[in-house]
Amino acid sequence: MEKRWISLYVMNDVGVLAKIAGLFSGKCYNLDSLTVGTTEDPTVSRMTIGLYGDENTFEQIKKQLNRFVEVIKVIDFTNASIHMKEILFVKVKHCSKEEKEEVFKIAKVFGLTISDYGPDSVLVECVQRKERNDDMIHLLQETFTQIEVVRGGSVGIESISLTGRE
Amino acid sequence: MEIAGTKLFVKALIKEGVDLMFGYPGGYAIDIFDELYRQDEIEVILPRHEQGLIHAAEGYARTTGKVGVCLVTSGPGATNLVTGIADANYDSIPLVCFTGQVSTGLIGNDAFQEVDIIGITRSICKYGVTVRNREDLGRIIKEAFYIARTGKPGPVIVDLPKDVMLALGGDQYPEEVNIRGYKPSTGVHAGQLKRAMKALDQAKKPLFLIGGGVNIAGARTELRKLIELTEIPVVSTIMGRGALPTDSPYYVGNIGLHGCYAANQAISECDLLFSIGTRFNDRITGKISDFAKHAKIIHIDIDSASISRNIIVDIPIVADAKEAIEKMLLHATKRQTNEWLEEITTWKNGFPLSLKTKQDINPQRIIEYINKTFKEPIVVTDVGQHQMFTAQYLKMTGDTRLVTSGGLGTMGFGFPAAVGAKLGNPDRTVLCVTGDGGFQMNIQELATAVCNELPIIVCIFNNNYLGMVRQMQQMFYDKRYSCTCLRYHKSCDKNCRDLKKACPPYSPDFVKLAESYGAKGYRVWNQDDMKLAFEGAVHNTKSPTIIEFMIEKDDLVLPIVPAGNALNHMVVNC
Ligand SMILES: Cc1ncc(C[n+]2csc(CCOP(=O)(O)OP(=O)(O)O)c2C)c(N)n1
Repeated sequence: MEKRWISLYVMNDVGVLAKIAGLFSGKCYNLDSLTVGTTEDPTVSRMTIGLYGDENTFEQIKKQLNRFVEVIKVIDFTNASIHMKEILFVKVKHCSKEEKEEVFKIAKVFGLTISDYGPDSVLVECVQRKERNDDMIHLLQETFTQIEVVRGGSVGIESISLTGRE
Repeated sequence: MEIAGTKLFVKALIKEGVDLMFGYPGGYAIDIFDELYRQDEIEVILPRHEQGLIHAAEGYARTTGKVGVCLVTSGPGATNLVTGIADANYDSIPLVCFTGQVSTGLIGNDAFQEVDIIGITRSICKYGVTVRNREDLGRIIKEAFYIARTGKPGPVIVDLPKDVMLALGGDQYPEEVNIRGYKPSTGVHAGQLKRAMKALDQAKKPLFLIGGGVNIAGARTELRKLIELTEIPVVSTIMGRGALPTDSPYYVGNIGLHGCYAANQAISECDLLFSIGTRFNDRITGKISDFAKHAKIIHIDIDSASISRNIIVDIPIVADAKEAIEKMLLHATKRQTNEWLEEITTWKNGFPLSLKTKQDINPQRIIEYINKTFKEPIVVTDVGQHQMFTAQYLKMTGDTRLVTSGGLGTMGFGFPAAVGAKLGNPDRTVLCVTGDGGFQMNIQELATAVCNELPIIVCIFNNNYLGMVRQMQQMFYDKRYSCTCLRYHKSCDKNCRDLKKACPPYSPDFVKLAESYGAKGYRVWNQDDMKLAFEGAVHNTKSPTIIEFMIEKDDLVLPIVPAGNALNHMVVNC
């Protein structure tokens, strides 16, 4: 089963998120990530949905989403060029002095931001593609004894076409 | 001018052309009922249970083409609608259900009779919304009716908090709707239709499969023309029955689990299946991988999500059935299908539908009597064996209508739906064919029918059992009749397998029950009784007539496709 992404414009109303999420649970579709926030138009929200599914299930999901009265537009990212990022925080805890230095090194090499630190912990912020964040977590987990992870799910937007420029 | 929400509500309904609705009051809807009391344009019917109420609204909508309107109170009033909402959603029936709600300030506080009905019904309705502000009321009602009746029709829930309904606000009711995310598709894709017609021309064994969508779209006349023109055979789902008259030489029969042999065989042998307005529900497909496996499949449906969901189709066309068939009429030509028709005729003659029974009075005879006696009736069924018998034997000619719970298969649907059908069609004969189990699920609506002087003819097929389930137990569960005997008594032997055993006769006594409600009741043991009962019913024009037919417990609905089998692997005899 392939990983796929959908971007969804919906009406910014009470219950819409529950309805979209309910479609996935009610029909046993494999939802992996769902993020939502308002757009430039405060009456409209945009969702980024990541899911696993075969071609038929995926087509069916798009149709089912399109069927909702509250859904304004469904954009399939499968063959689109897109920018996609996920926010990830990792708190590395109970560090020795050397370990703290190691975190700073890793941050420098991999382009992470150190958002905060104290006597024995460091907070790392990582805004990357989901897969890259997975790798980051893996690396930190291997290197340090105790880490705390929180991630926000992905947001995506279509790239701007270069050839279309004036 | 400023008016209360309740006043705007009534104004809105009148503007939407509502002249009859179904209501059951309570504390959180009382203000709306008070407003309805002060006007004469809309008649409000009071059924005796909200489940009966919504099925009545469905029966009304299914037989008039209008939107069925329900108004109930919050909490239990609202939750009692749930089954009907799911039922209407499945069969694409336009309903607008108004539910009372506690005041906005109390929502979420565990207030008395508060439930989140929009949350509860989210996955079983077309759309649902709580009106939070008085200024949105008019727009939301307008949108509700529009959403319910356009595109693929369905139930819409509008939740009305008490304070919103009492609040003063503008008296304007919008003339137009504009919902950003909802633009029902219109028009037919010319290229796809052309491809479809070409495939039809090239086929040697073409077959039309007609679903409920054709009836909902009001495309009977167009379909009948199309078939006369092309002379291509037609099979249908139960919901598609009547779209083509059953006595048409091109009508083969129902397909599916309890379809007729010839129709299922035709599906399995055709080389082109042209399907219109069906969901390919698992009850009609049988084993998916063997369904129409020699055929190219074309599918027209208003709902793109119905296309290629269960059966992957070769040529999808998203369109209203009526518009699509009208377009097809422009290109259709007569086909040379004689050999194919002959093949089908051989199957028809080889395995005709008939009930093997020694009984004088049996389901087939009863339906045949109805066929002979009533001209273009509306026949409403409940769910069970009697429903399948009706679907098999009812002659659909002219404007005869079969109203049935197809998608959800809701027991208790039949009788209240018949009440709604009769209210919407006072000049037509309305018969309800029901089981002794299903009738008892909404038996209280007898009072509604009596009080409104509705001469519905209720035919109870009394086999003492939850027959359809008993049939499965008999055929596939080694006759372990677990919880299907409606005469079961404390003193009975749990392992009773004796279908012939003499048990206490009536429970309840339907004849006495009818009389206690002020209706007429007959019990029928033989054909003479049947004749008398139907004659009595025809002359009883002021109240319902209950006819209890004492039928055999072991009359089986046959043929049947056992679960997991292909359509052409039918058990024809038992
Ligand atoms: C609300 C509901 N509960 C249970 C069922 C399962 N069910 C389907 S048919 C049937 C038996 C119906 O019995 P009866 O009404 O006596 O009709 P018969 O099959 O005997 O004609 C049952 C229990 C259902 N369809 N709906």
